[in-house]
Parts: sequence; C-alpha cells; structure tokens
Amino acid sequence: MRTRPNYVAGLAAFVWLLIIGVPLYALVNTAVQPQTSYTDGGPVSIPSHLTLDNFATVIDSGFLHYIWNTIFVAAFTVAIVLLLGIPISYAVVRGRGWLTRGVFRLFLVGLAIPSQAVVIPLFLIINRLNLYDSLWGIILPTAAFALPVTVLVLSGGMRDIGTELYEAMALDGANPARVLRDLVIPMSRPSIATACVFTALQAWNGFLFPLIMTQSEDDKLVTLGLYNFVSQYGANVPALLAAVLMSAVPILVVYLFARRALVAGLMGAGGK
Amino acid sequence: MVSLTSARLVRNRKARDRAAPTLERPGVGWAIPGLVFFLVFAVAPMVGVLYLSLTSWDGLNAPQFTGLANWSRFIDDGQIWQSTLVTGVLLVGNIAVQAPVSILLGVWSAGHQRNRAVLSAIFFLPLLLSTAATAVMWRQLLDPNFGVPAKLGALFGDSNVLGTQKGAIVCLIVVTSWQFVPFHSLLYQGAARAIPNTLYQAAEIDGAGRVRQFIHITLPQLRNTMVTSTTFMVIGGLTAFDIVLLLTNGGPGTDTSILPFSMYQTAFRTYDYGYASAIASFLLLLATGASLALMKISGYDKMTSTLEGL
Repeated sequence: MRTRPNYVAGLAAFVWLLIIGVPLYALVNTAVQPQTSYTDGGPVSIPSHLTLDNFATVIDSGFLHYIWNTIFVAAFTVAIVLLLGIPISYAVVRGRGWLTRGVFRLFLVGLAIPSQAVVIPLFLIINRLNLYDSLWGIILPTAAFALPVTVLVLSGGMRDIGTELYEAMALDGANPARVLRDLVIPMSRPSIATACVFTALQAWNGFLFPLIMTQSEDDKLVTLGLYNFVSQYGANVPALLAAVLMSAVPILVVYLFARRALVAGLMGAGGK
Repeated sequence: MVSLTSARLVRNRKARDRAAPTLERPGVGWAIPGLVFFLVFAVAPMVGVLYLSLTSWDGLNAPQFTGLANWSRFIDDGQIWQSTLVTGVLLVGNIAVQAPVSILLGVWSAGHQRNRAVLSAIFFLPLLLSTAATAVMWRQLLDPNFGVPAKLGALFGDSNVLGTQKGAIVCLIVVTSWQFVPFHSLLYQGAARAIPNTLYQAAEIDGAGRVRQFIHITLPQLRNTMVTSTTFMVIGGLTAFDIVLLLTNGGPGTDTSILPFSMYQTAFRTYDYGYASAIASFLLLLATGASLALMKISGYDKMTSTLEGL
C-alpha cells in the first residue's frame, strides 16, 4: 500500500509533540522542585534540587479526601447511569411503536441540553430534595446529564447484535428479561465499558455541579479543591502544580487498567 | 449459554414447523425509570428555567412573576451582547483551530507504524487532566512574573499575555485546543482506521497522489465523525465555564465573560436568579438550535446500526 514516508506529516506530528510535551514537562518539573528553585529558574528550566515536599504539603491539606469524594461520585454516577441506561437502550432497540421511538428522540435532543443552562432550577430541585451540600446533590444531576450519551452509545452497540441470536432466544422461549440478561448485556459489553468510561470521565471532570451544589469542606471534589488551592497556595506554585499532578492519578489508574475500553470508547463515539 | 431440555427441543421443533417463533418484545415500560429520572433532573429544569426567566427571584423568597421584564432588560444589556460575541468568537476560533489539527493528527496516527503508536499515547496525555487541572496548570505557565512569557520575554513582548482581551481570547483557544485536540483526534483516528483499504488501492491504481486521496477519499469518509466532533465542540464551547473561571476569571475586566460565566455571576454572585435564568434560556436556545441543525445534517436520528452502510 502506501509505503513512501510522509515527511511533512511526520514533522507536523513532531511539532504537536512539542506542544503537548513541553507544558507537561513544565508541570512535572515544577511540582518536584522547591519553591526557591522555581522562582529562580521558571517552569521549564532544569531544576537544581528535587523534592517530594510539595506532594506532602498537598496531602497534609486534605487533598486525598477530595480524591476519595471524586471516586465516590464517579462510582455512583456510573452505577445509576448503567442501571437506568441499559433498560432504556434495550427498550429503544428491541421495542416497537411510536412510544419507544419517542423515547429515543427525547434522549437525542437531551444531548443538546447544556447543564449550565438549567443549573438554576436544578439548584432549586436539589434544595427541595434536601440534598444540598451532599455528594448526592452532585451525583444525581451528573447522572442525568450523562444519560443521553449513555443511551446513544449503548443502543448503538445493541443494534449490532444479529437478529439470528434473538431468533435463537425465541426458539428457547425466553422472555424479555432473560433476553436482556443472557444475550443483550453479554453481547454489549464493549459499549457498556465505553459508557462507563465516558460517564466516569464526565463525573471526574465535573466542576459546575460541585461548585453550586456543595459548600462544606467535607463534600469537596478534586476540581473544586484545585480551584480553592489557587487562592490558598497562590504563591506556592510548586505545591499547586503538585496538586494538579495528583488530581490526574485516579484517571491514570483507570487508564492503565481500562486502556483498551477507554481508547475504543473514545473512538467508537465518533460514529462511522 | 442456553441449555435445552429434550422436551423443549421437541416442542420448539414443532413450533418451528408451524412458523418462525416470535419473540416477546420489551415494552416501553423498560424505559420508564430512566425516563422519569431524566425528566426530573434534565427536562423539568429546562421548563423551569424558561419560567424563572419571567420572574424576579432572589433565591430566598418566592419568585415574583414579572412577565417579560427580564427579557427587555436582556435586549438592552450591552454586556450580554458583548458576552454573546465573545462566546461566538471563542466557538469559531476553537473549531477553526481544533478541527483541522485533529483531522490531520487523527488520520496520521491511524497508520500502524510503531512510532505512531508511541506518539499517539503521548498525545493522549492531556485527557488525563480535568479542565480545572488544565486551567490551573496553564495559568501558572502563563504567569506574567514567573511563567514562560517572563522567561522568554523576547518572544512574547509584553509578558502579561492574559492582560488584554485579544491575548486572553487567544490563550483560551490555545488552552482549550491543547486539552481537547487529543480527544477529537482519537475520534478521527478510529474513523480513519475504519476506512476500507480497497478505496485507497483503487485510487492508487488510478494514479491519485497522497493529497488527492486525502481530499477525495479520507475527508468524505470522515463526514459523520466531523459532525459528531463538531457537535461536541459546539456544545462544549457554549458551556465552557470552568476554563474561563480558572484561566481568566472573565477578565481582563469583563472582556472574556462568556454567556455561561455571566449567567453564573448573575445567579450565584449577585443572587439575581430571574435575570440569570433569562441568560440561561438564551444559552439553551442557542445550544438546542445548533444541535438540531447538526443532527439534521448527520441524520443521527434515523436509528440505524453503525454497521450498516459505509
């Protein structure tokens, strides 16, 4: 096939490598040097001293608790989204009639609802439900806004299950619940993994809901912790960037364990 | 997976002889719990925000119905139109930078050579940082006193790159692209891998060069992904909030205070929830309009399998 090396594209890719790499180098570099050496040399110099004190400072400030909260929120958001999203997608793909079609269209339109635009009434609802300043006040809206993408991804996967498999189940006299358990869920494992990853990313990246729905230190998530650190540690840049680095650890772990699903998920989301 | 008893086998054989067995289909009831949840936390607030935009509300006392007062204030509010303009500039700027870069990177990294795999893995890294983390990191890198511009004064002239409206907008576009080009190029990488090789072989036989193959085969085949990716960019652009709050805080002055940021300030800083709801409703209309248009172009609502067609 195409064997001629493409030098222009290679060069462009190298330039992009610098654009991605230099800031990441500066991030790590700053996080591992003492403040004095940072103020002398700036973010991209070779550090004169290496230290892990910045990470200790961040941990002492209670950052691990924020990380734990974020993991809690992400886990429950994923659980809710799967619990609700799988039956919806099943009904949408296998059901007949205008009602199920209407449900699918509603979720498609739902893709376009920006969470920012409805956050004021949501704030009111969460208050009325007595969930203000609790992690559930973050989990429920986050799950609701992850649901449309989940339904889209799951129903896409379920549609690719061959009719002959359903026919085999019919021969066996299976009812819808059994078809879901024995055929649909096992066969859509890749899209379920994708939906998990997508939802977890969204929960972990969330900023507005945590900002508005909670206020106490106890319910703070990583993203808000970083926001507060900006004012708290404004002058101590190495500590601040150590916190930034630590905030990436949970998703790095997810990445190491679920690399395939993560990449496949992001690719599959593009549509063909 | 499924075991059949001999009795059932016989019964089923009889059934098959009569006609193809029909499988009981799941009813719409399966969708109800999720539907209710979605209606409560996403659709009802949508209606709620439209209603609240017709009221004056401080968040404590009951909302007072004021008709179109917020909306006439909205139309006369120069700051809002400035915010809309900046939102639009950011949106267009982001798409103009990110779309070409991520298409080229995605198609390039769809190749299978070893160095591409390694480079793609590195390109992927910004996805590990949340928007908040990205913004905090760049804010330090761009710091006028200790950041990169201060150390490379010759390159940047005035080191306070976030200090002017133009500079702040450019920074917002650069930082957003830095974070999201990897995401979009992954979408394109997946789509480019799915293009059948036979198309390129045919083009090769016809003597088409690399550029012509790219224009006449690759780009048309990526059409659906372009729509998906652009939809993500538009919705993301209209809802960009954390990046503005953390990188420029709407400044200098109110120069980068885009619509979601103005909405947040109006609601949760000055407690003028009625007027903020009018801004939010406007945002809602923009987003819905944009995505309906994109859905129309893509034919996403046709409910077809991703395996069908090309």
